[in-house]
Amino acid sequence: MASRRDFIKISALGLGTATVSGSVAKAATKGIFGTEKLNKLMTTRTATYCEVCFWKCAGWTYTDGAGKIKKIIGNADDPHCNGRFCPRGTGGVGMYNDEDRLKTPLIRVKDENGNQTFREASWDEAFDVIAKGMQKIAKEHGPECVALFSHGSGGKFWGHLLKAYGSMNISAPSYAQCRGPREVAWIGTFGEGLGSPEPTDIRDTKCLVLIGSHLGENMHNGQVQEMSDAIDKGATIITVDPRFSTAASKSKYWLPIKPATDIALLLAWMNVLITEGWYDKDYVKQYTYGFEQLKNHVKTFTPEWAYGITTIKPDVIRKTAREMYNASPSLIVHPGRHVTWYGDDTQRLRSVAILNALLGSWGRRGGFYMGEGRSLPGFPHPEYPKPKRSWRDAFPGQYQLADLALANGICDATIPSADRDCSFKGWIVNGTNLIFTLPDMRNTLKAIESLDLMVVVDTMPMEITGYADVVLPECTYLERYDMIRTSKHREPTIALRAPAVEPKYNSKPGWWMAKQLGHKLGLDEYFKYKDIEEVLDWQLKKVGSSLDEMKKIGVKKFDREDGGHLYFDKGEEIEFFTNTGKIELYSTAMEDEGFDPLPKYTAHPEPPEGYYRLNYGRAPMHTFSRTANNPNLTDLMDENVVWVNPKVAKVWDLKTGQEVWLENQDGIVSTFPIKVRVTERIRWDSVYMVHGFGHKNEKLTRAHGKGASDSELITNVMIDPVMGGTGMRGNFVTFHVDKPEKGGLL
Amino acid sequence: MRYAMAVDTKKCVGCSDCVVACQTENDVPIGYCRDWVVEINHGTYPQLETEIRSERCNHCDNSPCVRCCPTGASHYSEGGTVLVTKNKCIGCSACIESCPYDARYTHPDGYVDKCTFCLHRVKKGMQPACVAVCPTKCMYFGDLDDPNSPVTKMLKTRNYKVLAPEAGTKPNVYFLI
Repeated sequence: MASRRDFIKISALGLGTATVSGSVAKAATKGIFGTEKLNKLMTTRTATYCEVCFWKCAGWTYTDGAGKIKKIIGNADDPHCNGRFCPRGTGGVGMYNDEDRLKTPLIRVKDENGNQTFREASWDEAFDVIAKGMQKIAKEHGPECVALFSHGSGGKFWGHLLKAYGSMNISAPSYAQCRGPREVAWIGTFGEGLGSPEPTDIRDTKCLVLIGSHLGENMHNGQVQEMSDAIDKGATIITVDPRFSTAASKSKYWLPIKPATDIALLLAWMNVLITEGWYDKDYVKQYTYGFEQLKNHVKTFTPEWAYGITTIKPDVIRKTAREMYNASPSLIVHPGRHVTWYGDDTQRLRSVAILNALLGSWGRRGGFYMGEGRSLPGFPHPEYPKPKRSWRDAFPGQYQLADLALANGICDATIPSADRDCSFKGWIVNGTNLIFTLPDMRNTLKAIESLDLMVVVDTMPMEITGYADVVLPECTYLERYDMIRTSKHREPTIALRAPAVEPKYNSKPGWWMAKQLGHKLGLDEYFKYKDIEEVLDWQLKKVGSSLDEMKKIGVKKFDREDGGHLYFDKGEEIEFFTNTGKIELYSTAMEDEGFDPLPKYTAHPEPPEGYYRLNYGRAPMHTFSRTANNPNLTDLMDENVVWVNPKVAKVWDLKTGQEVWLENQDGIVSTFPIKVRVTERIRWDSVYMVHGFGHKNEKLTRAHGKGASDSELITNVMIDPVMGGTGMRGNFVTFHVDKPEKGGLL
Repeated sequence: MRYAMAVDTKKCVGCSDCVVACQTENDVPIGYCRDWVVEINHGTYPQLETEIRSERCNHCDNSPCVRCCPTGASHYSEGGTVLVTKNKCIGCSACIESCPYDARYTHPDGYVDKCTFCLHRVKKGMQPACVAVCPTKCMYFGDLDDPNSPVTKMLKTRNYKVLAPEAGTKPNVYFLI
């Protein structure tokens, strides 16, 4: 049966050429200098903040007299980067230069034989198709049946448009596919989430404990910088990871734990700390709730008990517990970032939170500081209409503790079901390649098949664009304004992103698209400004700055309103935003929802014989699949490899550099082969690969067929019953030396 | 004046920011590089050691590349830096063959290219691009004749090594271990 939504390879791209600004330099070529020299002399810098990852470091884009981007350098006043960009930020210029970029709007059309193709369209035509589709859905099903998936700054404008249209179903895969369980665990324990950047006081810590967090490979800039500062100051690093990660190689203690057993280790640490009296008694007494219950709960979870589960020796568990206590309260048991592993992730992160509470590190120097941000007032607009339904209606009584929308939940609620009177009919996808970001591609494709309208906004022809009805080419962050960055830090700062160059090709910024489409939808009342500069200037003036000032400085620091209260004072009275007003070792919120109020260890399935647990992670020069085609960054790393322990390699007769196909427990084979890296740095019961490679779309000329996609092999998803997160580390793979008959999902 | 660099292997995470920063600073074409990252592993699971370091031209005091250059294109410059004069270079590659560190490459325009310690920046009082960008601050640059330069200070207080000491090149890039 022909699909109503065939994957279309984006073709016939290439309208016009780059717009070159800086005609002044061109006119002056007859002067005493050659053009090249003159252009160099005319270097200017424009404020920006980076969009290659979510850390959003502020910096300066340097352009020469011909309007060519020369380099991007960190802003020294920015606490996210301290003047130092990471490789992705430094190589961000590749996003702008990439000749494979989306160049003009595309509309899906069918010819008389039913063949589906994209045709190039004007912006006006594209908006007409979208507006017509959205109005039809609103009329037939209600506007709530349109959802937004977003990962990136442009999503703010689409979110505003969607709310004005009548839907609050706005989700980001960065929640339920990434950091969600951590936020819920922290809210349940300390009464507040961590946010981004996390308020970890790494630079002043004496002991940093990483539970599977591979700082240095995940290039969370400010944290990597501070880890380096901590190394300089002689801090103890304890890394728990089945893989000898870069961070493990910098650690005093590396605990090569058996995968999926972290909670047992965390409980044993609690057991030792409480049994030995190695905890902050004053802090626990004054601030926490449920210590006695916790004490009883962990009584039997001795290091000897944990040894049989984790393979970490009891004396190592005791020794590391002592190290943590010695350092406390200047200690961080790091909450991590991508924590959706085994479906009991909220409970694992609750264990991490409890350890921090026992050792008194929350609100203490070298532990966690109290961040502060400066928010800007929203540009005035009429009230949003009240939606009648939300994504939550699809999951009655479930995931009550989720504080944000679940991307996978919206995906599931798109597939029609007899239990539901309404399913999602329209998706707007902004800057996220859902084919790779959501686990179980089969499910994602099934959902897409059920849609009446799918709009994809992106800079690159990612796989998701092939399923769209309309593709909108967004210009890169170097070519556009976005909203002011207002994240929290030790000091409140705001940062500006301004365009350093004109948008290439026929690409446009998100704010412009939302305003134009808003007009077509009759929502002009919500967009009562000429352009975004007017909005930014209005907002900035409300906090004593202006667009002109921000263009000059890029980052503005404010004084803290509390006069510099980064840490709790000794004995200070504090009311936490939990049910009891205390730090809840024993979670009443979890209990109320019918979940274990104290974390328990549950055994997870192990790989069958001949299979190995698929672990995945990041490389410092790439961000998800977003950078896989970036010319500067592919030059540093253009494919992923699969790490295999030499013992395993011997069994399978695998050599470094040899290509293999991976097949998972559900019989799914990787579309592309991946090269083997035989290395002692990985346990014999698991393999490891960097996420984001193995692209199918041939229009990604550098990324196509390079390495394999871990996402494709993640078909077993373990849902966290607490908040709906998607546990993705319960997949097992085996090797094929020759290309298997069956293909992959891509 | 003796310019030198020290790279702290205890801090380097091998992110390759130094590589891409050098490329954009010095217009090094994509596909080529003046600096690069090396990872060396020892041991068997779980008794392991990994050393990661950023490498580049060692700006040797006794440079085989300068000695063997037939045209004088490779030469010593300010602070002992080893440079190549583009328009004197005939691209014969003798220097590439002679370098024990594999620090040079032939630029697509036909001349041999390599790290300059970013002398154009250093002259303005700035750090080399790799040093300035490094997120882990694992690289130190300065004048060995200046007792207060960051590199001198690090070499006074830390254990270090140089690469291929047996080659007798007297390199000026040190690795803190």
